[in-house]
Amino acid sequence: MDKVRLALRVNGEPVDLAIAPNRTLLEVLREDLALTGTKHGCELGECGACAVLLDTRPVLSCLVLALECEGADVVTVEGLAQDARLDPLQEAFSDCGATQCGYCTPGFLITAKALLDERPQATRAEIAEALSGNLCRCTGYIQIFEAVEQAARRISDE
Amino acid sequence: MMRAGRFRYHVASTVADAAAALADGGPHARLLAGGTDLIPNMKRRQDTPDLLVSLRHVGELRGISVNGETAIHAGTSLDDIVKSAAIRAVHPALHRAASQIASPLIRNTATLGGNLCVDTRCNYYNQTFEWRKSIGFCLRGPVPDGICWVAPSGRRCWATASSDSAPALIALGARLTLLSREGERDIPLEELYADDGACPLTKRADEIVTSIRIPSRVVRSTYWKLRRRGSIDFPALGVAAAIRPGPHGVIEDARIVLGAVASHPLLVPESQLLIGRTLTDNVIEEFAEGAARHARPLDNTDFAMTWRKSVARSFLSGALRELRGDDPSTFPLLARETALRNGWRFE
Repeated sequence: MDKVRLALRVNGEPVDLAIAPNRTLLEVLREDLALTGTKHGCELGECGACAVLLDTRPVLSCLVLALECEGADVVTVEGLAQDARLDPLQEAFSDCGATQCGYCTPGFLITAKALLDERPQATRAEIAEALSGNLCRCTGYIQIFEAVEQAARRISDE
Repeated sequence: MMRAGRFRYHVASTVADAAAALADGGPHARLLAGGTDLIPNMKRRQDTPDLLVSLRHVGELRGISVNGETAIHAGTSLDDIVKSAAIRAVHPALHRAASQIASPLIRNTATLGGNLCVDTRCNYYNQTFEWRKSIGFCLRGPVPDGICWVAPSGRRCWATASSDSAPALIALGARLTLLSREGERDIPLEELYADDGACPLTKRADEIVTSIRIPSRVVRSTYWKLRRRGSIDFPALGVAAAIRPGPHGVIEDARIVLGAVASHPLLVPESQLLIGRTLTDNVIEEFAEGAARHARPLDNTDFAMTWRKSVARSFLSGALRELRGDDPSTFPLLARETALRNGWRFE
């Protein structure tokens, strides 16, 4: 299968590579760019572990062909922290015990990041709705909702 | 890691370009819109196209206009439909259906055209290649002599129509434009569907769904969905209802559609019998009992099939009561929860 050239931005950095058309964005992020923060869960769009921001919208990277991202801006969980400073969501997840095994956490962080960027004052119902495509088998979700609310407060206080 | 098979990839710049690429590509060419149905099917080898024609950069396939008639370009994302205040105000059935498709993450990429063409589903088919091979392939292939695991004595596929938007849009009287290199044609949406689980669409492989148009008639509409979880799941039952009430509550038009209980969205023929009547308790219960007889759920999706059939009657009754203006807190438990979930989330 002939490789095709792909140019995009990942976490602000330009990336240029040649890939086969059947590679998904998830595969390219993890296998070619060594960005293994984005997790490989169900591979079928049912778990949310592979969520990344594609031109600011959270999408499932396991269902997006990498070639579909030509010219796009992709942000993964590695792109949330600014220099040595964690994103307020990452701090809040840590403080609130919103992560146990941690496998779902990058997907939750990315999805919550998109929500708070769009709705900084999101209500609990809006948070639950926005995160309803992300599965967590450890926390029971309540700590996750609390962490997103705490991050929203911190962002508005800054 | 499940990887899709090999294929060539063409990025269409216009709809005409996509139509030409599809026509040249032959029967194994597929359109790639959101990809949220196609890519999993390719990973599980339910579909093995040799050419994907990407619509990602075809801007003319996106957008909603509500100006009398509502026109939605087929490449509009489901999220854009959910967030459209005009759709929410004018066509609640479509808003509610779109709001309950899959999850927010999927709705960001999935398109309306894609959901209308979503593949039929079956517990014995939506499995990995190895799983299907281990029990013997069903009659959907890839070998020619498979059997139906749901109804082994028959020779047809009973896979379930699993679109949420299709029942809602059929209830709203939507029409569809299909484009190919030969030109355009315009059909009522219900004619897109063949009653065949293995070959669920009547459109030719080289035709592209380009737009969906909903007439401007004033109707009240709603959509009720049954699924195990409040997110992600495909419908185990869908009930879409649209009525046009005239003076004194006399119904001037009614279209009630059942989803996920057959291989196609099922426009209930008795809808016509509601015309000229008012929605009294007796009329609603008589209609719900008759309409639910058309629901023939099989043991190929979530929940017990007999229970799904009983819920069809309850949802038909609940949807009509909702359109009549009843207070959902007076509904039976499951109908109450479904109605309140619609209201809590989306109103």
